[in-house]
This record gives sequence, structure tokens and C-alpha cells, in this order.
Amino acid sequence: MLVSWKWLNELVALQKTPEELAELMTMSGVAVEGITYPEIELKNLKVGLIAEITDHPQADKLVICQLDVGEGEKKVIVTGARNVREGQKVPVALPGAVLTGGKKIESAELRGILSEGMLCSANELGLDVDKIPAEQKDGIYLFPAEVAIGTDVVQVLKLDDLILELELTPNRADCLGMWNVAREVAALTGGEIHLPEINSSEEGGLCADLTKVEIANQELCSRYVARIIKDIKIAPSPLWLQQRLIAAGVRPINNVVDVTNYVMMEMGQPLHAFDYDLLQENRIVVRRAEEGEELVTLDGQLRKLNPEMLVIADAAKPVAIAGVMGGLETEVTEQTKTILLEAAAFNGPSIRRTSHALGLRSEASLRFEKTLEVEQVRLAADRTVQLLTQIGAGVAVEGCIDCYPLQQQQQQREKQAISLRIKRVNQILGTTISAFTMEMILKALQITFLEKNRDGWLLLPPSYRRDLESEIDLIEEIARLYDYERIPTTLPEGVTTQGMRTTEQKLRYQLRKRMVGQGLVEVINYSFINRAQLDFLGIPDGAPLRDTVVIKNPLSEEQGVMRTSLLPGLLDTVKRNINKHNKNLKFFELGKVYFAEGFPEQSKLPVEKWALGVVATGKREKSWAYGAEEYDFFYLKGVVENLLTGLGYTENEYTFAAVRDLPGLHPGRTASIQIKGKEVGVLGEVHPLVLEKYGIDQRITMVNLEVEKLATEKIMKKGLVVPITKFPAVARDLAIIVPEEVKTADVTALIKEQGNEWLKEVRLFDLYRGQQIKENSKSLAFSLTWQAPDKTLTDEEVNVLHQKIEAALQGKIGAGLRR
Amino acid sequence: MREQLRLLKEKAENELKQCQLLDDLNEIRVKYMGKKGELTRILRGMGQLAAEERPVMGQLANEIRDSLESRLGQLTEKIKGKELERRLLAESIDITLPGIRPEMGRQHPLSLVIEEIEEIFMGMGFTIEEGPEIELDHYNFEALNIPKDHPARDMQDSFYLTPEVLLRTHTSPVQARTMEKTHPHVPVKIIVPGKVYRRDDDATHSPMFHQVEGLVIDHQIRFSDLKGILLSFARQMFGADQKIRLRPSFFPFTEPSAEVDISCVICKGAGCRTCGQTGWLEILGAGMVHPRVLEMGGYNPEEVTGLAFGMGVERVAMLKYGIDDLRMLFENDMRFLRQF
Ligand SMILES: [Zn+2]
Repeated sequence: MLVSWKWLNELVALQKTPEELAELMTMSGVAVEGITYPEIELKNLKVGLIAEITDHPQADKLVICQLDVGEGEKKVIVTGARNVREGQKVPVALPGAVLTGGKKIESAELRGILSEGMLCSANELGLDVDKIPAEQKDGIYLFPAEVAIGTDVVQVLKLDDLILELELTPNRADCLGMWNVAREVAALTGGEIHLPEINSSEEGGLCADLTKVEIANQELCSRYVARIIKDIKIAPSPLWLQQRLIAAGVRPINNVVDVTNYVMMEMGQPLHAFDYDLLQENRIVVRRAEEGEELVTLDGQLRKLNPEMLVIADAAKPVAIAGVMGGLETEVTEQTKTILLEAAAFNGPSIRRTSHALGLRSEASLRFEKTLEVEQVRLAADRTVQLLTQIGAGVAVEGCIDCYPLQQQQQQREKQAISLRIKRVNQILGTTISAFTMEMILKALQITFLEKNRDGWLLLPPSYRRDLESEIDLIEEIARLYDYERIPTTLPEGVTTQGMRTTEQKLRYQLRKRMVGQGLVEVINYSFINRAQLDFLGIPDGAPLRDTVVIKNPLSEEQGVMRTSLLPGLLDTVKRNINKHNKNLKFFELGKVYFAEGFPEQSKLPVEKWALGVVATGKREKSWAYGAEEYDFFYLKGVVENLLTGLGYTENEYTFAAVRDLPGLHPGRTASIQIKGKEVGVLGEVHPLVLEKYGIDQRITMVNLEVEKLATEKIMKKGLVVPITKFPAVARDLAIIVPEEVKTADVTALIKEQGNEWLKEVRLFDLYRGQQIKENSKSLAFSLTWQAPDKTLTDEEVNVLHQKIEAALQGKIGAGLRR
Repeated sequence: MREQLRLLKEKAENELKQCQLLDDLNEIRVKYMGKKGELTRILRGMGQLAAEERPVMGQLANEIRDSLESRLGQLTEKIKGKELERRLLAESIDITLPGIRPEMGRQHPLSLVIEEIEEIFMGMGFTIEEGPEIELDHYNFEALNIPKDHPARDMQDSFYLTPEVLLRTHTSPVQARTMEKTHPHVPVKIIVPGKVYRRDDDATHSPMFHQVEGLVIDHQIRFSDLKGILLSFARQMFGADQKIRLRPSFFPFTEPSAEVDISCVICKGAGCRTCGQTGWLEILGAGMVHPRVLEMGGYNPEEVTGLAFGMGVERVAMLKYGIDDLRMLFENDMRFLRQF
């Protein structure tokens, strides 16, 4: 809402600067988002009458004007403008004038003739050419005849006005009208308010003979007032009216349209004028559109209508989309002799749906979307007629039609009194505001005291404050006018509570910290992915990862479905970084994945699960002190092992099992991560064909862990500490040669199985393939640590155990011993 | 004999002065005090002295031995020190070579900020609640006093899965779910961090973003408590000298409602581009829980009252770290992430 400072000052007596008022309004709930100041101080600009125009003797394109600027002697001004005529009143910049952009005007010789100033265009005066009447856009600006010669142009055009831009919250739609803005300002400042008086009309009269109104749909239109104005003379509006519309951001068109817009700006009530003679049977029907009906609206567009939309129709067809835009056919034109003026109250949500469906938003629809004050509908019609008559645009036909089917219920609702408890106000706010102060505030807001008791009051808010419906609304009114800043600052009293994370939250916290602690970088990707990414990963139809939740109205196909895996987002992130020449990457994301699992047919909501996704690619570059370290399968395997150990799992509880058939992953480089034999995740290299689809030409290893499958009790209570024995440990090496296909984990398991409880650690310290051993075999060298809790182990004891292990290795997996 | 001893002492002392190495010292020790050493020899010859002279000479010889011993001891320490010094000097390294750093991970700025907010409120006795991101229209809107035709419920602004199910547009539905679960018990003291979604994608809007919501319900919760909690939060999050400012505003689920500003973290209130010269930054929406919302949550608004607040995590992160482009937070560019 744009508020002209000058206009506001005419409605309410103000002792404040614009800046002070803006601060006060902002801090009391009607925020002033900005103040627009006049661009530059214009001066020495006067309204002049072109008394005579003569040709310039030296130049075809120039003319010489004799200007009467009210200073006795006429001024000679040379101009090249095409639109000047004798008898016109124009803005004259006299020597010493300063125009928009800082341009200074002095007397100057133009092809031998001394020009004592310049005639100005709208643009040169600093007017926004998009807001002024279309015919004023080009050439010299023309004043209407009634403007006095010699007056200051700045005054006439209010070029020194400033504009407050209000940012209204949805509950304060009342401030979409200047009068209510003035009422709010008066309540805040205590300034006296002056609103124009309205000549009200009588119901019926001649008007009722000339037209009929029928509301077929009462829930969408609660009131419709029609008035008739005859002997219409379409002309430009008087300048003052034009100026106010321009200040409010509305472009003047002609006197009839301008007055309806002006009243909308005053009262917040949109109005519409039809050409009475073009209405079939000269009557109005308010109804839903019928299937297939169409209407060409004022903007020349053909609109397809449907029964969801409310229309204003005549006897035969729609003539306006209710509350949104009028029809072109019944528009008021130069030929119009009689108008039918509409003022109505429509159902806000219905208007909003219609205007959205049509992609058509207007000043009117903006106001109708908020359900307006029904009581003022007739007043707005009367005010419009009053102004039209006042500026000589037409002659009012006596009487009006006021179709108000649910008047009683409506008025009853509006007269609903609210009781307010004085104690409750202070209880809610934590204040000690006196009853007297509360009363002052409520009275400033024009709230009527119906009953006064010791503990509280029965109150009736003014009809324009439709947002005040209950006690809490009034408490808020008191708080905001009392000033939030004056409310004390306290902390809640009452029992103390313990702040903490739940077990699940602690687990996630730990996962994140442990990943960061191991050198990985956290990323956050969108929860939606492109369905095509599942194709990239080669996920077959019917697979769980295909059980997606689909967004009905996505912004694009890129964000069409909720992710069932973190991998697509992580691969996108890798790709983006590689494109920016970051090739060595290791990312993790801790986020949700989403599965339909019967939604929407069999379940109310889809299933959301937490997942930990990791990708690693490239390497840690070699340094002066150490060699390069690949971010490969074994790097991430180590990360996972550390992670699980950190969470409290022992090496005997988690295992990795080779899997060959997972879509999107390398068949020979993928493992299922298992805890106590149950899969909790997958570790594997991304399949080269997937990388090809993503256009990535370096190996990537990924991990997916299903967070909910990690036992939360682990982070709550780790295993008890194992006592440290004081007896020395004995380390022995064991090197064997096994066929290539023998899995290291099987060898380790066999060693552990054969060793007794004294075997504390089995560590693979060397892996060798090469010339010194048979083809298709490998050499594995382990270091075994032995330690007893109650004695020092002797060589013999360890030898016996070793021999047992060696025998088993030879016997069970055909291992050859290396000595 | 006395003369003999004197000369020996003098000679030994001169030789000691020449010593540079531990080996030289050993040589001298052997030369004078070894089994066949000069002093030992003299002492052995003591038997030939007159009985009365023996104790005198004995004492003298012992004195000389003690003095040589202590001198040898001193010199040994000194030379050892020098040798160690020499050896350590030879072991010098170029300490300006870069350190061998274990690789350092990074936490995403949004999760850092969420964690910080969580910790501040846990310190004030709040627990952390979570809820589904795919939410019933009922919890997202209806239970929060946002009726069917409210502009905030526009299809245009929300991602819908079915007419009744959408991606939550704020973390507030968890308020409703928590009340439903907890009523009629008090106190309720929760914060709700999480992802939310709106159908908006431009330079200042992301279709997915993060919020942290707060809710307190108890007997006698007051608007003044809201001010206290938020002031405490602002000071812990942005610095002990922070001020806050509450401006009246409107939200369907709170009343009275407020927009909460903190003094500009960039200019400290003097006015700058970030704060639009006002010295204040809008950071939170807050208010007293609307009685209707309490009622729908199963509470009697005459018996308990509540306060609620909510903030955008992206906004906090951007202010805290001076990030001027929202998109940076979701591009996951290493050059950006490396800085946290
Ligand atoms: Zn600032």
C-alpha cells in the first residue's frame, strides 16, 4: 500500500516527521517498508498559457511561443515540441530552474532567437511515465484548463510529496484504504481525524425502476449495491484526483474509472462501472460461470471461464469476472451515456482462486482476496456517486439497489461483543499495565465500551477492524500500542527441565562427528532428485529404490521425486566439484531417504529413513613426507571400520561380505556391511557404466549405511573395560602362501578359530604377489600377538599353538608355509 | 715427599686444563689415580715415611686425590654437556618444513549452525523434537489455525504429493504433533530443527531450506518470557552485547505475534548495506501460542499458555559467516566447504 504523505496529512492532523511516523508505525505492527522522497528539489517552474505560436524564421522544426506566466510581460520560449497549441497550459521552466536529473535552465539563443526558458515534458518534471495518463507520456505536459496561470508547478503536481510504502500483514487488510490508514495513524499519534462526509442514498427510488440485481450465489457474494449515473461526460479527471491516484500507484484513465479507483484507495472497497446501455435487459445477475462460457476482459484477453468462478452477468452472458476484472464489451467509453455502478462484497478465497487460475491480479482482486468490510459497501457506492457528481462526470439517479440477502446474520456477526479481562492481559504479557492505560489504548482504537466491570469490559471493535474477533486479539492490540519494547524481559518460572538429545539424535550426532573426525567433508543436497538418476544407476523396475514418492507439482523434472538414496546427490556433488577442478574428494551426507511403501493407497504417509552416504574419489596427494594415498575401496573400508569401532562394535561383530549383483556397483568390488550377520549397509565402487552416464572419468567408492539399523544402545553403553594384564605379550609372525581366490578374512577367521583365548590380535602386515611365489597365489604375512592374563607365556606354549594353526591352514585351505 | 705431591698436583691440574674430550679425562684419571697411577704410587710409598709424618702426608695425599676427583667430575660434566650440544646441533631439522597433518574433515555450515542452536537451547532446558518432512495437510496447516482458504496454503507455494499430503512448509507441524502427544502434561519445552520445502527457487529462495522452531507450554508462560528466551539465544549465538527488538506482526498460530530483530552483526547497529541502514536484522518470528492452537492440541488455554518461535537456519548461517549467496549453501563446492 502506497501512502501519500500529503493525502494522509489532509485526513489526520500530524505533528510528526515522516521518519518519526514510519518508525512508530513499524514498531506497532503496520510496517513502513520504505519512504520514497522526491528525486530532486524542483524550482522556478510555473504554469504558463501559450498565448501565441509563430514559426521560427531560421528553423523549420522550431516554433516561437509567447507564454503568459502571470508576470505581466510575456515570455518568449522556443520549442521543438510537436504537441503545443495556442491556449494550452504548460509547465514552464524559467531561467534559474532546475529539472530532474539536475539540468539547469538559463536563457539561451536558439537560432538567433533568445528563449527565456523551456517547456517541460512529464519526464523532465520527474513524473513516472508509467503512472500518468497515456496521452501525457510524450511531448510537453499539458495542464487542464482550470489550473491557474502562474502557479507553482511543484504545488500543482505535488512533486514534493513523499510516499510511505506500507507492508501489511494479512490481518491488516483494512489498511488497504487511506481512511483506515488514517484511523490507525490517529490511534497511534492521538491526532485528530477528518474524513469526508458522504451523502447517503435511499434504497429503491428511480434506480430500482431502471435496473434489477439478482444474487444467485449468496455464499460467494454477500452483498451487491448498484447505482445509476446518467448524462455521463467522459473526460480527464481533475488534476488533484489524478495526482492522488498517481501517488497511490494507480494510473489515471478517465473521470469515471478514476473516481472508482479513487474510492477504492480511500475506502479499500473496489468498485466497477458498466456501460448501462450495453447490459442485456439492463440488469445484473451474480452467478457462477457456466461451463464453456468465455469473456474478453478489459486487457483484451479472452478468458475461459468455469463454474468455479463467480461472474457478474447481464440477462444473457457474463460481463465481468467478479472481483477480478471487468469485461471489454461493457467497458465505459467515450460513447457511454449512463453507467451502472457496482459495489459488492465477494468471498475472498473464491476471488483468490479465480485470480490465480486466470493468472490475473489486480488492485481490486488484491483487496477482494481479503474478505472486506461488508457494512461499507453501500457507503462506497454513495461516495463514488458523490464524487462523480462533484466533478461533473454525470448526474446521479436517485435511489439505489442494495441486495443484501444475509444482512441480519452479517450484522449480528459484526456486532459480536468481546469480553476482556484486565488480569488476563497482564498474565499473557507479563506486564503490570493499569486498567486506565488499557482503556486509553482501546478508546484510541475506536473500540466501544458496552459494559464496564471491575475485572474487565465488554467491548465492540469498530466494523472496519474485522480482525478483532476474540480476547486475544484485543490483548495484542493493547500490547502493540503499549509498545512491545516496554514489556519486561523475563525467563519462564516453574519446574526446571533437562535439555538433551534422544538416543537416536546422539547416534546421528556421533556419526557426523566421527566422519568429520576422519577427514570427510559434510554436504547437504536437495531431498528431491530426478527420476532419471535412478535409470543412471541401473535400478531395475520393482526394486526398493524405485519405490519413490512423487511430487505432483515439482519445480522441474530435476526435482521430481523424493530421493530413495543419497548416492545421486553425492554423485552430482562430485561431478560439480570435478568440473571446478577439485578432483580429490571425500564427502558424506547424513540425511533422510523416502520410500512410498504403500503410500498413498495403503498408508497415510510415506516412510522416511535416515541414511549415511559417503563417496570418495581421487587421492591424498603425495607430500614431502609420505606417498600418495588413494581414496579407494580400502580407504573407505577403513573409515567404516573406524566408524563402527567408534560406535562400540567389536571386530567380531561386524563383517564385510562380497556381493556381486548390486545395481550401479562394481561386481568385483562391492561388499555388504554386516553387523552380527545382518546387513546394515553397502560399501562398493561405483560401476564404470554409471560413472560414464554422469560423465565422470575417475573411480568413485561409495558407502551407504542405514542409520536406523545401527543399534543405538551401542553409543549409550560401550562394553566394559577389559583389564590390562601385567604379563608380557609375545608377537610371532606367520607367513603363508595361498591360492589367489582364498579370502583374507577366511584365513584370519581360521587363525582366530584355531588360536585360544591368548590370541589377542591377528594383523596382516604384508601382502605379496610376484616372482618369488607361484602364479595365481599370494603370500600373506600376519603378526600374531599372544598374551595370557595370569602368566608369562613360554616359547614352548606359543610354539604349540602356532603349530596347531599352521597345521589347520595347511590342511583346510592348502596354505604353504613360508619360513 | 711433600714437594713431590705438590709437583704432582700442579702437573695434574695443568694437564686437566688441556683436556677437551672425555677420553683425555679418563687417561688422566688412569695416569694419576689408576692402580698404577702416580698418586697411587706415592700413596703406596707412604709406608716408608716416619710414623709421625704418615698422617700428615696421608691427609695431604688424600686432599690432592679428592681435589683431583672433584675436578675430574666437574670437567666430565662440562665436556659431556658440550658433546651433547654438538650432537644435538648435528641433528637439527628444518622446522619450517610443513607438518604431517592428519586429514581434517569439515562440517557443513548449516549443520554447524543447527548444532549450535541446539546446544544453546539444550542449555536452557529444551529437548529436541523431530517430525516427518512429508506431512499431512492437517498438521502443516489446519492444526496451526491456518484454515483451508488461507493464502499460505496456496498450491503454488507448497509441494503436494496428494491433496492431503505435502512436503512440510515449516517445522511448525511438529508443534501440533508434540501437543497431541503430550497433552495435558506440561511443561513442554522443545526445539524442532529440520528441513522444510517451499515452491520457490531464485537468488534468495531455495526450494529446500532449514528451520528451527521452538515451543514452550506451561502454566503462566508470558510474552515477557519470550523476550527473555530470545535475548538469551541472541547473546549466545551472536555475542554478549547483542540487543533484540520485537515488532508486532502476524502469524496464524501465534498471538500476540512479533518479528524479532537482532542488532546488525555487521555494523553493530550503526547502519550498513546488510541491514538496509536500519541497524537491525530480522531473524525470527515469534509469539504467544494462539489459544485456538492450544485447544486443537488438547490443552485448555485458560490453564496453560505457550510461546513459540521459529527461525531460518540459512539466514543465521549467512549472517554468522558472512555468506552473501544462498546458493553456496547447497552447491557443496569444496572451496566453500573447506572454510568451515
Ligand atoms: Zn548493519
